[in-house]
Amino acid sequence: MTLPRGLYIPALVALALLVLPIVGLISRVRWETLGSDLFSAEALTALWLSVSTGAVATVICLVIGVPLAVIIARSSIRTASVLRTIVLIPLVLPPLVGGLALISLLGRSGLVGQPLYEATGFSLPYTTAAVVVAQTFVSMPFLVITLEGAIRTSGVSHEQIAATLGAGRWRVLTRVTLPLILPGLVAGTVLCFARAIGEFGATALFAGNSEGVTRTMPLAIYTAFNGVGVSQDSAVALSLLLLVCAVVIVGGMRSWREDAVR
Amino acid sequence: MTRQHRLAATVAGAAATALLLAGCANTATPTEDDRTTAPPLVIFAAASLQESFDELAQDFTAEHPEYPVDPIVYDGSQALATQIVDGASVDVIAFANEPSFEPVADADAAEASTIFATNTLQIAVAPGNPKGIDDLADLASDDLSVVLCAPEVPCGTASHTLLDDAGVEVTPVSEETNVTSVVTRVKNGEADAGLVYATDVAAAGEALEGITPANADAAVNRYPIAVSTNAPSPDAAQAFVDYVLSDAGQKILARYGFGQP
Repeated sequence: MTLPRGLYIPALVALALLVLPIVGLISRVRWETLGSDLFSAEALTALWLSVSTGAVATVICLVIGVPLAVIIARSSIRTASVLRTIVLIPLVLPPLVGGLALISLLGRSGLVGQPLYEATGFSLPYTTAAVVVAQTFVSMPFLVITLEGAIRTSGVSHEQIAATLGAGRWRVLTRVTLPLILPGLVAGTVLCFARAIGEFGATALFAGNSEGVTRTMPLAIYTAFNGVGVSQDSAVALSLLLLVCAVVIVGGMRSWREDAVR
Repeated sequence: MTRQHRLAATVAGAAATALLLAGCANTATPTEDDRTTAPPLVIFAAASLQESFDELAQDFTAEHPEYPVDPIVYDGSQALATQIVDGASVDVIAFANEPSFEPVADADAAEASTIFATNTLQIAVAPGNPKGIDDLADLASDDLSVVLCAPEVPCGTASHTLLDDAGVEVTPVSEETNVTSVVTRVKNGEADAGLVYATDVAAAGEALEGITPANADAAVNRYPIAVSTNAPSPDAAQAFVDYVLSDAGQKILARYGFGQP
């Protein structure tokens, strides 16, 4: 099918808007110091912290998000729309507001945080666990919404047939429903992980900014950006590193999906 | 037709406001013309200047109704410097220390700067000082959650100078990129203590208590102010800088905890 020509111009503008800022960023890279900026202890600590907390957050999202997605997809239209709205809230909120909300709930003077702190002396902010909580909060919607759409589209006919053939509920879920939506599950997981390692606002407010504990890549970039002279170059270098990570993740997902189609 | 009516009403309203602002002076009508032609003054100021500069700008407008002032842009000095070097349209630049001004001067983005205020650090704690903190040495305790500015930013540089001078090693639970975040964390009880400017403690009123370290003079921040090279309203910009340096301006700054240059 040939597309109307009028489509190409706005599409080109959209593409340029997405690509040109990245080109601008790359033009700022100081190649002679790139190696030392990227492989500095601070950069590697931040990268490792981002990847590990992002992975833990993604696993948590899978463990609690997949059941939620399944339930939303199989509930009545009314219930589903209410649940979907709730899930979408963190997606619509600026992440800083999410951080503020988390601190109001779990901070040392928070709704749940204060009694917890008074009873046990433990408080969540400034810990690596707080980073994971913030990342889970902001990235869960990506997984749930992607997955819920996939489950809804796949329909119930296969499940019904499996059930009439005598498969139990768990067997239907694990052998029919989930395999059918595997591409959606992978896409949702990748989006969720990508969002988690890119998370800044909620982490900055809720978890704080301490090297090796809560300073993930985005916070390291922001800290470096706020610094003087040389440290701004390393902000650009770190951004480039995060960009490469994003390309690898998205590229990895694409090749997997092509395999799946074949 | 209704549009014209609304326009007329707006003009009348603006004229009335100008008259009010000018008090009994009878020069209100000519300044009305300048007011519509001169672009409003754009000021970039360090986060620690927020309350004092809001008042300065208000008093400046009262004294010079011919120079309207846009809401002041507050942020970390480094972030502002980056924006200015990148060509942000700005008239007056006021930073929290001299090193952060260097990139702006190097890029010839501003005229020569003048020091207009100084600021020293205090230990900010909750009212009543529940943890009994007396001096910097107390901050080294593991039982305290202490928040500092990141060493990359001006307040962090000053904090580290001060701590090094006192020979105290502090492991902060968080290193913030601007001093306002440190203030907020202590204010809302998420941290026991933080090193902030004397001015921040003054601004927080009842919500914070400040303890002046014995060696406070080891880290004095000197605040530079300058007119931007490409200022859209250079006359207004110079008038504002003069106002900040005047006795009236210095009096306002002193009330917010700043020292005289």
